[in-house]
Amino acid sequence: MTTSPFDADRPPKPPRDGRRRRRRAGRRGDPNATVPDAEFRSYYGRPIVKQAPWGHEIAYYLFLGGLAAGSGLVGAGAHLTGRPTLRRNARLGALASVGLGGVALIADLGRPERALNMMRTAKLTSPMSVGSWILAGFGTFAGAAAVLEVARPLLRDGVLGRVARVADPLASAGSAFFAPPLAAYTAVLLSDTATPLWHESHRELPFLFVSSGLGAGCGLSLVTTAASETAPVRALAAVAAASELVADHLLERRLGEEGQPLRQGHAHRYHAAARLLTAGGGVGALLSGRSRALGALAGAMLVAGSFCTRMAVFEAGQASASDPIYTVRPQRRRADAKAAAGQGATQPGGEWPTGRAREQAP
Amino acid sequence: MGFWRNQLSGPTDPIADANWTQGESRKGFFTDTSICIGCKACEVACKEWNRVPARTDADGPAWQGSSYDNSGHLGANTWRHVAFIEQGPDQLARAKASGAVLLGMPKRTAEPTRLAEPVEAPAEPVGLPAVRWLMSSDVCKHCTHAGCLDVCPTGALFRSEYGTVVVQADVCNGCGYCVAACPFGVIERREKGVVEIGDGTQQPVPNGGVAQKCTLCYDRLRDGQTPACAQTCPTTSISFGDHSDMVAKARARLATLHEQGHTEARLYGANPDDGVGGTGSVFLLMDEPEAYGLPPDPVVTTRDLPRMFTLAGMAGTAMIGVALGVFAAFGRPS
Repeated sequence: MTTSPFDADRPPKPPRDGRRRRRRAGRRGDPNATVPDAEFRSYYGRPIVKQAPWGHEIAYYLFLGGLAAGSGLVGAGAHLTGRPTLRRNARLGALASVGLGGVALIADLGRPERALNMMRTAKLTSPMSVGSWILAGFGTFAGAAAVLEVARPLLRDGVLGRVARVADPLASAGSAFFAPPLAAYTAVLLSDTATPLWHESHRELPFLFVSSGLGAGCGLSLVTTAASETAPVRALAAVAAASELVADHLLERRLGEEGQPLRQGHAHRYHAAARLLTAGGGVGALLSGRSRALGALAGAMLVAGSFCTRMAVFEAGQASASDPIYTVRPQRRRADAKAAAGQGATQPGGEWPTGRAREQAP
Repeated sequence: MGFWRNQLSGPTDPIADANWTQGESRKGFFTDTSICIGCKACEVACKEWNRVPARTDADGPAWQGSSYDNSGHLGANTWRHVAFIEQGPDQLARAKASGAVLLGMPKRTAEPTRLAEPVEAPAEPVGLPAVRWLMSSDVCKHCTHAGCLDVCPTGALFRSEYGTVVVQADVCNGCGYCVAACPFGVIERREKGVVEIGDGTQQPVPNGGVAQKCTLCYDRLRDGQTPACAQTCPTTSISFGDHSDMVAKARARLATLHEQGHTEARLYGANPDDGVGGTGSVFLLMDEPEAYGLPPDPVVTTRDLPRMFTLAGMAGTAMIGVALGVFAAFGRPS
């Protein structure tokens, strides 16, 4: 389209056909290439799917919910095997973290005063609705367990004492029952979105999150409780850390090229820190033995590692939503395959179904 | 899993699925981008009728600096968005080639036109215009399987008797889950703030902190009216009516364009077998969807929800098994 002899003196124009893409360090391809990658096009480089309008509060909740679930299980295990100090500390830890997590969730709402609208339906297609009920259930039992611990001196005898003796195992059983869904549902919550990285992680994310939550719960107990009662916690912490690292590795392998957001920016720093802290914490817990200080250090590393894991997944997902390449590239591949088979969103399509219910209507 | 299969993906009738029995038919748009002139009357009419606030700082810079598009993307404050794309002959040749692939082997008995064959783009585009402008008025798709609706935890989003998806602003608590679940990036949470109205006074932004999107003018539909955008469109690029009529119209228009040699034309959302079960708003595009900022293969995220819950159940069972198992193995402290 050159018409003027002065065109030769102009600076090179960016491609303006809707294929413009932001170039970033770490992105494959030649940064000086004048021809954009043939397979990726977008509308002026603008995102297609929208980022979840979630602040860091949600990432904090992912961490705190897992910590509460892990603590709930440790508390139940301690109750089962007669470790009173560990049971008390884990129960208080579970209530504190689930409470803080709930506050973080409400603070992130666009209309916090309508938080209770979460309880106006129970909806299986919405992991957030399912999660609200799980959170309410866990919170009830964790709250009861914590009250029983705090009020224990008052509940030795009389009617209250008898009630407490019945309620105590119930509180542990309820916490243990709701802890696994509390740790696992957040993975479904993230995966059940159009955010490319979260959705593509849906096979490994539940395993990553339950391991991370269990590791954090064990870590908190190692910090709060003397080594004489934490022998099973140390073993459990090592198992949780190992399975977290395995799940993380499998996740990265699954994502492949689409996992690039985990390898750059904030997400990369959190991810690298998470691996180091989790590995160090797991090994430390195993080796700390009777040393309270070493155990507490390993526990703190596990808690911090869990936090970093959640931050890494959160940040990487948000980054994958904000760059259209992660939406378009895999979809274009699928669309081409479907087009070859005569299917897909751009095909004229066949007959549209009409429901039986309406055909029967008068 | 029979319950899930019908509810979460695949071709279905959303009105029947939502248990409406009063006999309204599904309504929808057909947006024919081949005759859109980019006048943005639809954007304006939509804002006026639905009292959608003017753009705020959160919407990004007022002028994009890249095209005549100044609203950028669909969102809480933009329920119709006119995309604007300028292309040269090589892009047009590419669009024609990709459209010809979609067309597959021509089934018509008449001799196929040169362009209708699934061939690679000619090396030297011959006889194509030096420039073409693509304009497309984008809108909420009102999917057969709507991700936003599926994941809404409060029931604020609902399926109307017209088969459309509407937010109840007085119920929504602004959790933002629908924003992340929409495969088209349509719905968005509106920022709270104040808006200055005509006489200089300030008012709080209506429905601030709440998810907002196109309602397909639910209020107008209930009064037998046409949605504001379709009513105002001067070229009939946006047409409105029974969804079955819109699909038929779209397919007829596609056939006309193909007969004229415009193999770059293709439909979007008219196929009930696509990833979202087809859309209520059907489009005719003149290039690949991603050129307009549309996803090339949208899939409702809840299609995979049964598998997600199954895997989460396995992970949770492993968690409680391992945790209590380790405690049991250690037993009571000596």
